[in-house]
Amino acid sequence: MSLVNVGGPVMIGPSSSHTLGALRIGRFGNYFLGKTPDKAEFFLHQSFGQTYMGHGTDRALLAGVMGFGDADRAVKDALGIALSRGLVYSFHQEDLGEVHPNTVKMLLYDGADSQEIWASSIGAGMIRIIKINGVECDLSGAYPTLILVNKDIPGALNMILEKIDANVANLYLRRINKLLAKALTIVELDSDLSLRSLLEIKSLPVILEAYYVKSLSDVAQDRVGGLL
Amino acid sequence: MTFNAIKRLAVDSGLPLHEAALVADMTESGNNPEETRAQLSEFLRVILEESEKQYGKAQDTLTGLTGTNAKKAHDRGVLYHSRFTHVAIVASLSICESNASMGRVVACPTAGASGVIPGIFYALSKENAFPFAHLLPGFILASAIGNVIAAKATLSGAAGGCQAEIGSAAAMGAGALAYLSGGDAETVDSAAALVLKSLLGLVCDPVGGFVEAPCVKRNAIAVTAAISAAELALSGVTSVIPFDETVDAMRRVGQTLPMELRETGLGGLAATRTAKQLVDRIQTRFQKP
Ligand code: SF4
Repeated sequence: MSLVNVGGPVMIGPSSSHTLGALRIGRFGNYFLGKTPDKAEFFLHQSFGQTYMGHGTDRALLAGVMGFGDADRAVKDALGIALSRGLVYSFHQEDLGEVHPNTVKMLLYDGADSQEIWASSIGAGMIRIIKINGVECDLSGAYPTLILVNKDIPGALNMILEKIDANVANLYLRRINKLLAKALTIVELDSDLSLRSLLEIKSLPVILEAYYVKSLSDVAQDRVGGLL
Repeated sequence: MTFNAIKRLAVDSGLPLHEAALVADMTESGNNPEETRAQLSEFLRVILEESEKQYGKAQDTLTGLTGTNAKKAHDRGVLYHSRFTHVAIVASLSICESNASMGRVVACPTAGASGVIPGIFYALSKENAFPFAHLLPGFILASAIGNVIAAKATLSGAAGGCQAEIGSAAAMGAGALAYLSGGDAETVDSAAALVLKSLLGLVCDPVGGFVEAPCVKRNAIAVTAAISAAELALSGVTSVIPFDETVDAMRRVGQTLPMELRETGLGGLAATRTAKQLVDRIQTRFQKP
């Protein structure tokens, strides 16, 4: 901990685990897609499922997938804002198995494409992304993160790392499908990647899909009070 | 990090206590003291802005269990307390009810216990005309007191009960008030220790698991306890047990609290007949479109 962790953050209430964490999970989804989805389905586990309305978890998740910041007063009106933007949403209670009590599975649709993200809110507003499209991981969202689906061939990782012009904080590798020779590479970075570096990675022949997720940590603007 | 270490650093370096706390924080977390000061200054600014904005207002909270308490206390005005304590109570209720209605708060030290610090600082600014620049050292010190608790024990109700959330908030508020009233390091130590001792063992038992009852009103009572502790310490009353050891005791008490009394909504007030009836009523409220 540090003085700054104790003295803040500025947030939308009522709960750092059930509201702020939920908002950040949703925002990870927004950054992952690079936009607001046109449909979002949320499956809420245990404590999330039982108490979500009393904690505004539903509004926080939706506000997050629309990209709202931690202290944005519009979070409160997220259900109405989603409707007015044509974002179709639904909330369900579901047993997600052996995971943290505050876990949600999100299905985010962009036209015919959909992404499935599992995430837990682990307290004090901190989150963990635990599964992306069926592949387990453990991301905090605090780092800019590169998520790649690539051909599982020798040398692929080197080709990717060569193009990264930021310091690598953490690296995750998983084979998704041996038959199709597909792997998932997740790279957490200390600082933002340059656009050139990102484009070069995307154009590598070994890359099948590439997503770049900004860091969640520095977004606290207030749409109502300030920016909008 | 211990409070004793901060006190010692202040003596050795000749720095004021809150500056020593900034240096100690840098040594531990690597954070630049000037960046920390700027960040904390922003938190304090939001605290005062929200206190002003929400002061004495009725709020439409998520569960409806609270929302009119700040207004009631404000409308009735002072009965027995000083103006200062009255304003602190109203500000504290106002922030907590705003939190419960998805308003903007500063989680200092947590969202559930976010009313105590605004109570103290808003009252100082309104009733004692403290300018912002004079309040900031107190807010830095409050954060340092909270950081000592986080390092030695916990600030989470789920981990240590409400003594760790609202108890810690009260210790931070009492220490800051003593400091801003001219108290030296020992006075601050005693103020923080006196109130934490008085809230030792406080359980976390919110009705239905929602941050409303008893949380909102507990913040208001805790702010008066913090003011009492600061006033005692400033009059020369000392805590028999020093602050650091009080925090150790709080950690051990938290470790022995059963799971039912740590934010699960299963024990304490949450397990009463009335609480269960209320939860049923809240569920029906949510069912309505
Ligand atoms: S009762 Fe529990 S939830 Fe409420 S303020 Fe205390 S610690 Fe937080």
